[in-house]
Amino acid sequence: MKIGNNSLKFNGVYIKDSSTAVGPLESAGPLKDYFDYRFPDLYCNADSWEKAEINLVKTCIDDLIKKTNLSDTEIDFIVGGDLNNQDAVTNYAVRDYNIPLLGVYSACATSAEAMIVASSLVDSANAKNIIVTSSSHNATAERQYRNPTEYGGARPDSATFTVTGAGTCLITNQKSDIKIESATIGRVLDAKQKDANDMGSAMAPAASQTIKVHLEDLGRSAEYYDLILTGDLSSVGKPILIDILKEQEIDIEHNHNDCGLLIYDRKKQNVFAGGSGAGCSSAVTFGYIMSMLRENKLKKVLLVATGALMNPIMIFQKESIPAIAHAVSLEKI
Amino acid sequence: MNYEEIIKKHQLKPKYFANGLKSFVCGGMVAIVGQLLLELYIKLGIGEDEAGSLMITTVILVASLLTAFGVYDKLGQFAKAGLAVPVTGFANSMTASALEYKKEGMLLGIANNLFKLAGAVIVYGVVSAYILGIIRYLFMGG
Amino acid sequence: MIYFNAFIVCGTICLIGQLLIDRFKLTPLHITSSFVVAGAVLDMFDIYDKLIEYAGAGAMLPITSFGHSLLHGALEEAENSGILGIGMGMFDLTASGITSAIIFSFIIALVFKAKG
Repeated sequence: MKIGNNSLKFNGVYIKDSSTAVGPLESAGPLKDYFDYRFPDLYCNADSWEKAEINLVKTCIDDLIKKTNLSDTEIDFIVGGDLNNQDAVTNYAVRDYNIPLLGVYSACATSAEAMIVASSLVDSANAKNIIVTSSSHNATAERQYRNPTEYGGARPDSATFTVTGAGTCLITNQKSDIKIESATIGRVLDAKQKDANDMGSAMAPAASQTIKVHLEDLGRSAEYYDLILTGDLSSVGKPILIDILKEQEIDIEHNHNDCGLLIYDRKKQNVFAGGSGAGCSSAVTFGYIMSMLRENKLKKVLLVATGALMNPIMIFQKESIPAIAHAVSLEKI
Repeated sequence: MNYEEIIKKHQLKPKYFANGLKSFVCGGMVAIVGQLLLELYIKLGIGEDEAGSLMITTVILVASLLTAFGVYDKLGQFAKAGLAVPVTGFANSMTASALEYKKEGMLLGIANNLFKLAGAVIVYGVVSAYILGIIRYLFMGG
Repeated sequence: MIYFNAFIVCGTICLIGQLLIDRFKLTPLHITSSFVVAGAVLDMFDIYDKLIEYAGAGAMLPITSFGHSLLHGALEEAENSGILGIGMGMFDLTASGITSAIIFSFIIALVFKAKG
């Protein structure tokens, strides 16, 4: 049901289970015990970077189908995406399943976008069970958006490090202990930032807009949530977000965190300003956050996945980087 | 809402001194290695011009091998311009591109992408040398 | 002495590159492309040859020397063949560098795998 300007309130939409798979750096990070599969090598038992990412996604979907004990015909749809051109990884990963696919893309906000689409279908009784998937891979992102992986050109400290990981979950109308209770669809916001090596600055304004709209639409204050979790604003974007919201009299300083800052130990791992990628928010949310919700360590979480809608060709045409942020509210019941 | 002000307040200032120092020292060390090789080759009886060529070729080989071993990217992240500006950067840009597109095959992958990063340097070099060459030949007697 | 000069000259060129990258948010590609042009300009005024005499490998290794070699080769051939020599001799001095980079890169790509 539409509520307020840009938000949706859901009725009877739950997450039944999840499955996550990550690469070597994430397997050695602070959240390593919260991921289902940990691949020790970037090639993930495959031949190429793209096939490695496909493997991550398939491993998760296979595991999720097993965990939820549902057959092909009982799963209505798959909704998902990744960072590769044409959503290639998702398309190729899903071709072995007999389940209809809706491919989505909003850069690193893809996980939330997929959850919103899936939740809407379940909420409107158009589906009972939907698999949501969102993935990224450090090497596929580097070679597509930036430079070959062995390139020696130095990246600045404001850069973010694409997470090698896939996160999947099953959204269902069957009651479970984690409820998706509302969501806010973001508007594209171009803060006129042109530095492709500083996504945090480009995305923080979009995140602030979505958070503000969400709280207004649902008539809530920031304290309603135990945790407002952005996708990958990184160490650069986080203080910018907090300041922008403070100027609008919204204080999230004490309940904000960022998936990109959670998934790595920046002191020990060379990840510049933090993690990013479509797999960042999905792996952290479906791995770590869901565990925290299940263990009652968190009760109300607002995931605000942030996407820098960067296109290398537009950047070369001297355009700025527009951004978007989608929010999904998760509650433990 | 004026985001620009808030963003500017939190933008990371580049570490001019640390980066500059690393580039200076690493660039200097590459030169030392090059000079050692140059003198070695001359001592081995190779003519001066040929020794120069051979020295550059050797440095290119070393940079390419370091790229192949997956080590160069970490060195380059540390040395910054100290490795990017010497011919090591040129060699790495070609080897890295070649390695990256290996899975797409010899023709469409490796060969097609070899000059992806290094092409700009060659183009700018040739265009400027051509224009300057013509100017010098016509107006400065060659 | 020449080792000291080599260190200083190459180090300084790299330092200038790094300062430009940091100050103007440029990339190594911007720097190397403009330095190649700078090398050609320096050779235009016969400065680069003196720099090589002074600093040896320290002046031969930075990408500036590539620009210098392109112009130098072009002008040398122009002495023999007139203005057509500019085009004919352009790659004379840089041929070995470009050729070896191609050969090594190609062979390495056939044998090795990218490690990320």
